[in-house]
Parts: sequence; structure tokens; C-alpha cells
Amino acid sequence: MEITMEKIADKKTVVHQTNEVNQASKIEVKDVNVWYGDFQAIKGINMNIKPNTVTAFIGPSGCGKSTFLRLFNRMNDYIDTHRMEGKIKINGNNIYKKKVNVEELRKEIGMVFQKPNPFPKSIFENVAYGLKIQGIKDKKFIIERVEKALKQADLWEEVKDNLKKSALALSGGQQQRLCIARTLAVEPSIILMDEPTSALDPISTSKIENLIFELKKKYTIIIVTHNMQQASRISDYTAFFYIGELIEFGKTKKIFTNPEHKRTENYITGRVG
Amino acid sequence: MRKIKEYLIEKLLFSSVLITVGVTLGIIAVLGFEAFRFFNEVSIVEFFTDTQWTPLFTDKHYGILPLLSGTLLTSFIAIAVALPLGLSIGIYLSEYAPKKFRKTIKPLLELLAAVPTVVYGFFALIVVTPFLQGFIPNLSSFNSLSAGIVMGIMIIPFISSLSEDALHAVPYALREASYGMGATKLQTAFKVVVPAASSGIIVSIILAISRAIGETMIVAIAAGQQPRFTLDPTVPVETITAYIVQVSLGDVQHGSVEYRTIFAAGITLFVFTFLLNTYSYSIRKKYQQRYE
Repeated sequence: MEITMEKIADKKTVVHQTNEVNQASKIEVKDVNVWYGDFQAIKGINMNIKPNTVTAFIGPSGCGKSTFLRLFNRMNDYIDTHRMEGKIKINGNNIYKKKVNVEELRKEIGMVFQKPNPFPKSIFENVAYGLKIQGIKDKKFIIERVEKALKQADLWEEVKDNLKKSALALSGGQQQRLCIARTLAVEPSIILMDEPTSALDPISTSKIENLIFELKKKYTIIIVTHNMQQASRISDYTAFFYIGELIEFGKTKKIFTNPEHKRTENYITGRVG
Repeated sequence: MRKIKEYLIEKLLFSSVLITVGVTLGIIAVLGFEAFRFFNEVSIVEFFTDTQWTPLFTDKHYGILPLLSGTLLTSFIAIAVALPLGLSIGIYLSEYAPKKFRKTIKPLLELLAAVPTVVYGFFALIVVTPFLQGFIPNLSSFNSLSAGIVMGIMIIPFISSLSEDALHAVPYALREASYGMGATKLQTAFKVVVPAASSGIIVSIILAISRAIGETMIVAIAAGQQPRFTLDPTVPVETITAYIVQVSLGDVQHGSVEYRTIFAAGITLFVFTFLLNTYSYSIRKKYQQRYE
């Protein structure tokens, strides 16, 4: 157990200089611009995100908030026409430096997607996937991590007797919590969530919102959402985007009660978007 | 008036279904009937256990095993060539190749299946066998090795094209989930995409096997016409299909036992390909349900 943990700590060189595993990270964004071909999707954004906070990205469709979110784990790299300028520093290290190993980076920065996307494998294999691709073979260690991750994702009680069952047999809400567990099993320090509840019913949604509230204690969380109530319920900070620009960024309470910009107010009160 | 027209068109369409099904059933009935008469004269035990097949000689033996071994040997060699190549091509095209490249190369690959098989047969006999004889001096001019290899090349597009379709149908979201956890492209391809597309890949392999077992021209030209119960790829063998060609073109008297051997051989072949096709159909049905 000790040895395995050290092995993982050794691997965490991209964003963690210390040996400390699983400490929430801070993020600094400096003058970031993004183009898709000739179209500029992100226009000169600067932003600082504190560790152990939940930050909500809101804004009308096409405002660039998902594109912006995907910059943090370099998921846009696969889009041919994508071009990015600027710096994104996680714990002081620019993740867009040439030397950065993208795979190592993504082990540090987990992502939960809009539609639940479990692998067509068993529940256990889904959660163990991230560990197995790191080459970890210690079965006892994997079993412990899977259990821990499922408990953190508040899914353990529902599936503990059926870990060998196909993940596709779970309900949508359970599948999304499984995807969260899968991400947690790798013990990232940041979790990106791209509209994680937009495909779920209200009960599943509230379960995941409670979960996000719990997870904040250990992780830095960024969530894209179209749901204003959700943003105001779960986030500490809110960023409002409009056509590629960051219009306003601040404490959620302030944004929702006393926004500085007219556009923000119009969007939040439902007049635009 | 319009009603009558509608009625006639419906019946016309239905009759084309009926004709096709009828012809298929007719073929099966003739096969079954003639094979039944064959088995009245030759015991089914001898048919499946005798290791010699010599219906055209004075010392007659009716053991299907030599023809079966010839068929399975050439098909096995073909699959051994086509499976690794076809699957690699499928994975490369679906997971790595740029879109434009995939769009150009896929129809080109499918051309391989459009080359007349007689051309492949001569290619095996005149090019591949002499080439292989450079490495394997005791290789006969007719052998299952070069016939199998060339047949393997012919069925590559069955595997590459159909497995590429299956791999490509795997939702992009699964790849994203894998990348998002720090998996490389290679890990994602082999640990997520290939397993998720496995049923489609298996279907492609089965169809390719079925095609190889039923292939006639290549083996008739390049593998020889000597029924031999062997797994040695360097000597001449005869496949079921090649035997049927030999008898059909020869001067065997209609209605004789020798003549009926081709129906017995034919029904053996039919049972094989029928089982393979049914199996692949059932897998395909399962697979369709999963992605709906």
C-alpha cells in the first residue's frame, strides 16, 4: 500500500511539485485566446480560481464556456482547427508548455461530461479503468480505491452487491455518479464538470449537487451549467460569459444579487439567453 | 382504377420476394434430396470417418475429411493473413487516420474484393507460388499456402471495412471519457473502442471466414485437385468447392453415385456457411440493440 501510494506520488509531477497527493489546486488564466479556424471563440480571458472552491461558468449557448472549460485538461487538442494563445497555470505550472505530458495532466484534472458516458464494461471495471491504464496491478489496492471512489460518489450502497453488473444497466443518474466515481478513483486535484446534470431528472440532479458540495472539501471544482438555480445553489464563484468574453467574475452571491454589468443582470433574470 | 394499380404493384413486389425465397428453398431441397439419395448408398459414418476421398477411381472411398481438411486449411491460412492485417487497417482508419485519408482509402481497399477471383487464382499460381518457392524449395506448384495467402488478401476488405464501421460507430463520448482520465490514444483504442465494437468485429471475421470457406476459383486454380487428409500447407490439396468444380466440369454420368457426391459435398459446405451466417446474424442483432 505504502509503496503504491509513493509510486503514484512520483507520477504527479505535472501540477504538484510536492509529494502530497490529492491536494486541491489553484488555477491562473492569463490572456487566453482561442480560435477555431478564423472564428475567435475565446477573447482575452484572465481569471484566478482558488483551491477548494466551486466555480460555475454560466452564459448563453455558444458563449465559449464549454470551450473554456476544456482548456484546463487540454481536451480541445483533438480538434484540428483549434488554436490557443496565452497561459493557464495550475499551481504555478503552465500546462500549455511544450514539455507537458498531456496524459499525466489529465490524471490530475478529472472531467465529467454532459451525458453519462460509462464504458460498456462492469461497474467495477469502469471505476478501476483509470488505475489500470496507469499500470497499477496491485489488486487489493485497486479494490480499495474502487470502493472508496464509489462511496465518495454516493453510489456504493446501491451497487456494492452488483459490481460485476454492466454499467449500462444502471439508471441515468446512477451512471453519472459512476462517471464521477470513475474520475475520483484516479484522485485528481481538479474536477471539471460540463453540464453534468442536464440529462438527469430532478432527484438525480439534487444527489449530484449534494455530492459536489461534499467534494469541494477535497477538490477544486469548475462546473458549466445552464441552470441558474443550480449555479446559485452550489457555487462559491460565478463567471458569466458572453460571445467569447468574460463579462463578470466574482462571488456567486454578489453576481446573483448585485451584478455590476447590465448584461449579467439581463441573463440572470432571464431577459437574454 | 387506382386501387387496382396499388393492388397489382403490391402483388408484384411480393412476388419478387416469393421468387427469391422460392429459389433458395428449391436449391436447398435439391441439395437435400440428392444428398439423401447419396447417403442411401454410402453410409454417413463412412462419409465422416474415412480419410480417403476417391469417388472417381476404381477403389472408391467416400470420406469427406480430406476435402474438409483442404477447405479448413486454406481458410485458416486466409484468416491468419486477413485478420491481423484487416483489423490493423480498421483500427488505423477509425482511430488514427485523418478524415480525408479514410474517405479515400476505404473505397480503394474495397476494390480488393471487387477483383475477379480468377485473377487472384492466377496471381497465386503464377506469382505467389514461384516467389514462395524461393524460400521454401519443396513447395509444390499447387499448394494451400499461396492459395490461402492470396485468399487472405482478397478477404481483407471484409474485415477492415466492416470492423472499421463497427469501431467508428462507437460513440465519441467513450473516447473522450478515456482521454479525460489520462489514457493515450493506443490505450483508448485497445481498452475501450475495440472491446465496445467487439461484436461488430466478430461479425466481420465470421463473414470473412464464410467467404473463405465458400471461395472456389482461387483454390481450384492454385491449391490443386488432390484430396489429401493433411495439414501440410506445402502440398497440393483439394477443397470442397474445387471438387465440385472438378466433377461439374468432368464427364461423370448424371444420376450415378459419383455424380451425387457433389451434392453430399455441397450440403456439407452449405451447413458450414449457414451456421456461420446465422451466428453472425444473431450477434449483429444483439449489437444493434446495444447502440439504439
